[in-house]
Amino acid sequence: MTAPVLEASFALNVALLLMLVVLAAAVVWTRSLLAAILLMSVYSLVSATWLMVMDAPDVAFTEAVVGAGISTIVALGAILLTRGEAVRVSWKRQVVPGLLAGLVGGLLIYAMSGLPDFGDPASPANSHVGRAYLETAKRDIGAPNVVTAVLGSYRGFDTLGETVVILAACIGVALMLGFGPRATLAPPAGAPGDHHVVLRVTAKMLVPLIILFALYVQFHGDLGAGGGFQAGVIAAVAIILHALVFGLRETTAAIPPQAARAVAALGVVVYAGVGIVCIVNGGGFLDYDHLLTPQIEAMIPAGLLGDPDKPHHWGQYFGILAIELGVLMTVSATMITIFYGFAGRTIDAIAAELRR
Amino acid sequence: MQLEALYVAQPALTAQAPILAIAVPLIGACAAALAPSGRAGWMISVVAAMVSAWMALAVAGEVMREGVILYQLGGFAPPAGIALRVDAMGALIALLIGAVGTLAAVFSGHSLAAEVRPEKHTLFQAGFLLAQAGMVGLVYTGDAFNAFVFLEVSSIGTYALVAAGERRDRRALPAAFNYLIMGTIGATFYVIGVGFLYGATGTLNMADMAARLGTLDQNAAVQAGFAFIVAGLGVKAAMFPLHGWLPGAYAHGPSLISLFLAATATKAAIYLMARFLFEVFPDGAAFGDMFLQWVLAPLGAAAVIVCSLQAVFARELRRMIAFSSVAQVGFIFLGFSLANASGLSAALFYMTAHGLMKAAMFMALGGLAISIGARRLEDFAGVAREAPWTAVAFGIGAASLVGTPLTMGFLAKWQIMEAALAGGRIWIFAVMAAGSVLTLVYVGRIIEVMFFREPAPGAPRAKESPVGVLVPLLILAGLSLWFGIDASLPQQLAQAGAASLFEVRP
Repeated sequence: MTAPVLEASFALNVALLLMLVVLAAAVVWTRSLLAAILLMSVYSLVSATWLMVMDAPDVAFTEAVVGAGISTIVALGAILLTRGEAVRVSWKRQVVPGLLAGLVGGLLIYAMSGLPDFGDPASPANSHVGRAYLETAKRDIGAPNVVTAVLGSYRGFDTLGETVVILAACIGVALMLGFGPRATLAPPAGAPGDHHVVLRVTAKMLVPLIILFALYVQFHGDLGAGGGFQAGVIAAVAIILHALVFGLRETTAAIPPQAARAVAALGVVVYAGVGIVCIVNGGGFLDYDHLLTPQIEAMIPAGLLGDPDKPHHWGQYFGILAIELGVLMTVSATMITIFYGFAGRTIDAIAAELRR
Repeated sequence: MQLEALYVAQPALTAQAPILAIAVPLIGACAAALAPSGRAGWMISVVAAMVSAWMALAVAGEVMREGVILYQLGGFAPPAGIALRVDAMGALIALLIGAVGTLAAVFSGHSLAAEVRPEKHTLFQAGFLLAQAGMVGLVYTGDAFNAFVFLEVSSIGTYALVAAGERRDRRALPAAFNYLIMGTIGATFYVIGVGFLYGATGTLNMADMAARLGTLDQNAAVQAGFAFIVAGLGVKAAMFPLHGWLPGAYAHGPSLISLFLAATATKAAIYLMARFLFEVFPDGAAFGDMFLQWVLAPLGAAAVIVCSLQAVFARELRRMIAFSSVAQVGFIFLGFSLANASGLSAALFYMTAHGLMKAAMFMALGGLAISIGARRLEDFAGVAREAPWTAVAFGIGAASLVGTPLTMGFLAKWQIMEAALAGGRIWIFAVMAAGSVLTLVYVGRIIEVMFFREPAPGAPRAKESPVGVLVPLLILAGLSLWFGIDASLPQQLAQAGAASLFEVRP
């Protein structure tokens, strides 16, 4: 039977969860902000591994890319502008927050007794809507990856909202950090090309490869783990790497901050525009079955995606493709905007602004 | 005014009106972010807010004719797909958001120029429209997770918008940070609660959830989910004592944001809490009734007394009005705690009344802020002479806040008190009366300073607000008066909304 496998995965689960507890405690205890940020990054990586063990590759991928990747970069950018050590707080001021945290923790533990066992096929989450998705996704949507079918189509309105949240973050960061004086973040001192040759050559090779990988993740989302969110973050990382190695001036010459903000807004326009086109063609908002008029659908060659005899849901196919493009645009441009917001802001520049 | 008679859009358009009320400000926000100048951004903002309000009016008319409206997104029937589900309660709150949003957008043309750096205007309008779209979405959606998404859409932008007040008042920055942290904790609690409910029911659709929760009120995950959702929304709704973010955010943010948040943001969160309390959670579940009786009612009463006193002793005018907002939330929760149709209907009516009066008061202060950068109450001495129209509009809002007869606030207060008496809750009646007296004390102080004091010699002289401010301001003040005399429009929606939530409950 499967008992030994279960035991092995049980041990793995316990080990990973224990690591998470230790890491979380270490984040709380350490006074060095740099150490806390790096530990948080490790925490995200371990939880991504744990999500992988629980067979949730899409979530694991997002956690790795966002939690361990981009948010670490942003947090590092932020502590450049603060002092490196957390202020010591007297224990008296920690009593009430500590009690509240204990209360919340107790409530979480209490709630566990009401939840079904992990992986229980009869649990509500696995037997009601979740099961319906597994049964109907192939018929309704045609995408092999059910996660993509749910995120892109069944609950595509949520994904639109999430994309708008990203845009709101972009606008927020741009409002707070996007204006005012800043240094141009020149490449490290010295004549260009002295002892950073290796770094620059490596980066030059890596940037296109990272972008290629982002595109792979983007278009592979239909089949496996991936999609616009992850791809957008990965693409942004390529640009950020470019800025770190070649200097902010070079990067903003290629992608000006205004352009990044515009792309972020256009991504949402693409996504919501798909919804509006569906309405104009006689369906509901984001009803991709009405995305293409019959005339356009008739023009699609039967063998465009492999087997010509297999029926394709062209509306669903192109709808998901288009909204994932919108997500990619908004997410990548927002990450770049956030990086621009922090980059080049020195303590001196901020002090000058405050005196103004 | 009979809402059923309102055919404000073509039937084909009415069918799409719920989604257009959300999508138009959403796309408008993108357009405003791309706009070439602050002026263009302002025009986009006004048009988008106006279309959203028009669609909300079409939805309200349709709800009165047809009852609950369902709109399937993506063409999938719930619970597999997400559906908008608008009843009379949602229609009323969305109408409030649309109306205040439109008037605030018109007002922003002048107030932003005075308060926010010019290069930020297009992004500011974009953030403002996102907040409006998010709130309408939050009110219209019939899906618990979708509500979380819209809660975030409406919040993330506003954190930065509050911070943009730093040009006039540096304290906007810590206030925005405080608001960000508290708001994020609230949203996280809400989503944890939704997660527990999903684990117990396997669905995110609120109606489906309600049907499946019927027998689950002893389940620990459901009980914990209830606690998390109520606490999370309590932070967003500024439920005493979780209101710490509110006074700073309202007092130090730009006028536009103070007025829009004060009129709508807490209302949207309170609305969502009402949906959970009276619709999603199991009928007669012990924890639900206990919460209404032993948590919501005492906290509401505490808010009324404590925060009214804080308003009495506050020294800055905008802070006074902000504390007053927390106290008013207490009045609304007292109405909820009666747990019957007349209490809920009165509370919904109160929410509308409070939204309109607070919007008028904050807008009047915004109009004055264009000419005088006053903060302390004494700085407003004698402004009624220099800016009579603005002061009168402020006075109407204040009169409605006190509950003067012939204003909407009077009807609103009286309805809750009447419902409390009918329900045999004398103590709620007494708390409301005491709260009204305290309101009279601090409003009286403000009116005395504004209308009957000599301006301090050498103080900057206030100027009458420009027409672009006066028109929306007088419309807002006029609505508080109009609905004080003929309240049929909000009254019908509030009663129908409360009745539809309680018809399933004995």
